[in-house]
Amino acid sequence: MKLVDEFRDSAIAKRLASKLQARKTAAVNLMEVCGTHTVAIFKHGIRQILPQSVKLISGPGCPVCVTPNNDIDNAITLVQDTSVILTTFGDMMKVPGTSSSFQYEKAAGADIRVVYSVLDALQMARDNPDRKVVFLGVGFETTTPTIAAAILEAQRLKLNNFFLFPAHKVVPPAMRALLSSDDVKIDGFICPGHVSAIIGSKPYEFIAKEYGIPCVIAGFEPLDIMLAIDMLLDQIASGKSQIEIQYRRAVSAEGNVVALGILNRVFEVTDAYWRGIGEIPGTGLKLRAEYRKFDAKDVFGIESGYDTEKESCQCGDILRGILDPPSCSFFGKACTPEHPVGPCMVSSEGSCAAWYLYQ
Amino acid sequence: MCLAIPAKVIKIDELNAQVELGGLIRQASIMLVPDINIGDYVLLHAGFAIQKIDEQEATETLSLLSQLTIDDNQ
Ligand code: SF4
Repeated sequence: MKLVDEFRDSAIAKRLASKLQARKTAAVNLMEVCGTHTVAIFKHGIRQILPQSVKLISGPGCPVCVTPNNDIDNAITLVQDTSVILTTFGDMMKVPGTSSSFQYEKAAGADIRVVYSVLDALQMARDNPDRKVVFLGVGFETTTPTIAAAILEAQRLKLNNFFLFPAHKVVPPAMRALLSSDDVKIDGFICPGHVSAIIGSKPYEFIAKEYGIPCVIAGFEPLDIMLAIDMLLDQIASGKSQIEIQYRRAVSAEGNVVALGILNRVFEVTDAYWRGIGEIPGTGLKLRAEYRKFDAKDVFGIESGYDTEKESCQCGDILRGILDPPSCSFFGKACTPEHPVGPCMVSSEGSCAAWYLYQ
Repeated sequence: MCLAIPAKVIKIDELNAQVELGGLIRQASIMLVPDINIGDYVLLHAGFAIQKIDEQEATETLSLLSQLTIDDNQ
């Protein structure tokens, strides 16, 4: 596939791997913020080709993993009303809430449907005028403009049976929260490529300026990730801290201005709960007043999400990069992708699942 | 969840496009990239084109990659 295969070229990958391997670096921790990077890093065996001194740690960038179980519980309560069709992305189906999951409820007869796009949910609302279609929206800035666009579309079509259950998160302030707690030493960030395709490189500038930590925005093919790591090690070696873009074919300083315009027209920033981590100011999105009629939480009277995680699950520490999954006593024993205890084992992009599948 | 795949725009009908990826034809909304043209590559995510791919930049990254690794072998 064009624009994919070239960035998987094995001859270049081999040479880049030996270049990386030969690098002499002090012990550094590089955090990949995005769960899609976590999976790509495991899948392409990138951990194995790095020098011992370079440690990759996974960050909080799996939107499924950080959706508070209270949101899942509330969405499950919603479908007790048989006029409601609950729609969501497939990744959410197996995630355990406090005592159940969408998959379990669906098997028990609830009308819960997986959609590939929010537009499918919108279409479902048009096709079923006598039902209320609720879309549980999870995801970061990569996804939120698509949800905002769907809300504008629902407004244009004057739909009164389409609702959004908003559980979206914003990435850069979560990185600030990670940096402000001293829990984990981070020497460089591999910043999320597709979030940045939307927001651009500017929102990360505070990381370099205020915290002196280098950032490289990376693509998702093996050569992209290897080059990004090389660029980070260059910055660290020369004592620099800048926001560099490796993924130039998709990311600019400004990002996608049209998408950001739509996003900001429909949503405003609010605080949000991150599963296992807690409340982080300025990391949530809520519908602006003129679109509040589409807000399932408002319409159905639902309390905002908070987290009531089982204490036994270590996802919180794993999402902050403090622990590696094998440090959890449940890992691979009581907790597997078939029988997940926590969300990090459910999502294909959760750190626990990635370690379990590839390590 | 932030997966997005390069796809080629082959037909545009107002704010909807047909895109081709790996031989498959898919529908994509171009609400978020209204200025694209037929023949452009976009990143496809959850039924939307979320950004245009700059092929010139792709070529430059690739030549940087070969440069970087050749230099090292000398
Ligand atoms: S292995 Fe399971 S229980 Fe342990 S942290 Fe991961 S998801 Fe939670």
